[in-house]
Amino acid sequence: MIRSEILKEIAPIIRDQLVVCNIGLPSQELHMIDDQPTNFYMLGTMGLASSIGLGLALAQDKTVISIDGDGSVLTNLGTLPTIANNVANNYILLIIDNGSYGSTGDQPTYAGKKTSLTAVAKACGCENVIEVQDKDLAPVLQGAIDSKKMTVIVCKCDSGNIKLPVITMDPVVIRDRFMKAVSAK
Amino acid sequence: MNIDKKITDDLVANGISFVTTVPCKQLAGVIEEIDAREEIFHIPSNKEDEGMGLCAGAFMGGKRPAIIMQNTAIGVTINTLATLIQYYRMPLPMIISYRGELREPVACQVEMAVHTKALLAEMKIPTYHFHHRSDVEELDAILKYTFMCNKPVAVLTDANFWGGYGDQ
Repeated sequence: MIRSEILKEIAPIIRDQLVVCNIGLPSQELHMIDDQPTNFYMLGTMGLASSIGLGLALAQDKTVISIDGDGSVLTNLGTLPTIANNVANNYILLIIDNGSYGSTGDQPTYAGKKTSLTAVAKACGCENVIEVQDKDLAPVLQGAIDSKKMTVIVCKCDSGNIKLPVITMDPVVIRDRFMKAVSAK
Repeated sequence: MNIDKKITDDLVANGISFVTTVPCKQLAGVIEEIDAREEIFHIPSNKEDEGMGLCAGAFMGGKRPAIIMQNTAIGVTINTLATLIQYYRMPLPMIISYRGELREPVACQVEMAVHTKALLAEMKIPTYHFHHRSDVEELDAILKYTFMCNKPVAVLTDANFWGGYGDQ
């Protein structure tokens, strides 16, 4: 499976959760597949989806899922020790690990070579780290939501992209809509 | 006046309850004070752009955030300031140790000091420079201004403000 197929499959699971989605194609795909006020789309700033998600999870009680990529986590590798040492049990970091920089033309990442982000996350002190194959993600993700334990999921999948438009929504509108969803009862 | 306590009191009085820090020798006392305060969740970050991501998330979760860092971090965070904090229009007080100014013992610190104000000006970031101890009296108003206008705002605190580096 490629990332867009995974997002289609998990859309019903994440629809009612707060989602911070990675820059570029992942946000564009999620926006096309199932745009929700509970989605925060990153239009720039590669690497910070996991940090924004953690800050959000620490600041309030609702479940937060950061959808990140292997390349973006490698960009901000310092995020994993911060996550490990500041446990938020309403936080799930979902790393879609296709071993490539999808938004820039599928150049290979080191996560697709010798580096295991699962092992890195564990070494950083993250306690619930699950590596899963794409087709098996949905029940694992649902289980992580239900467990109310901070979880890092590394979902191994194929690289590949679909053609789709950029997000033209104004960033302040995205943020305002998202904050209203966060604070809604 | 205990300056570390005064800064922390102003943060708390302005409802700031989520603070991320990257350490600096000059900021050690204020970081210690923040860490000890029950009203503030202190989360050290490994790099300043990561810290700004944490602050952005906390803000969207209903908290008032702040970041404490060195001025070298301006070189690290230009992209994050432009494409996250400014683009999505979020408030972010930045209490910055202004290394490389008068009484600085480490020559390399001057190399970023000479760019600091120019970079902040280029980014159109409101910037305040604390040089004398009494300048801290403006912090409360600066924090109110930051959350009024929803912008990142820089407070540069130099070695003279902190009382120098001992005998040097």
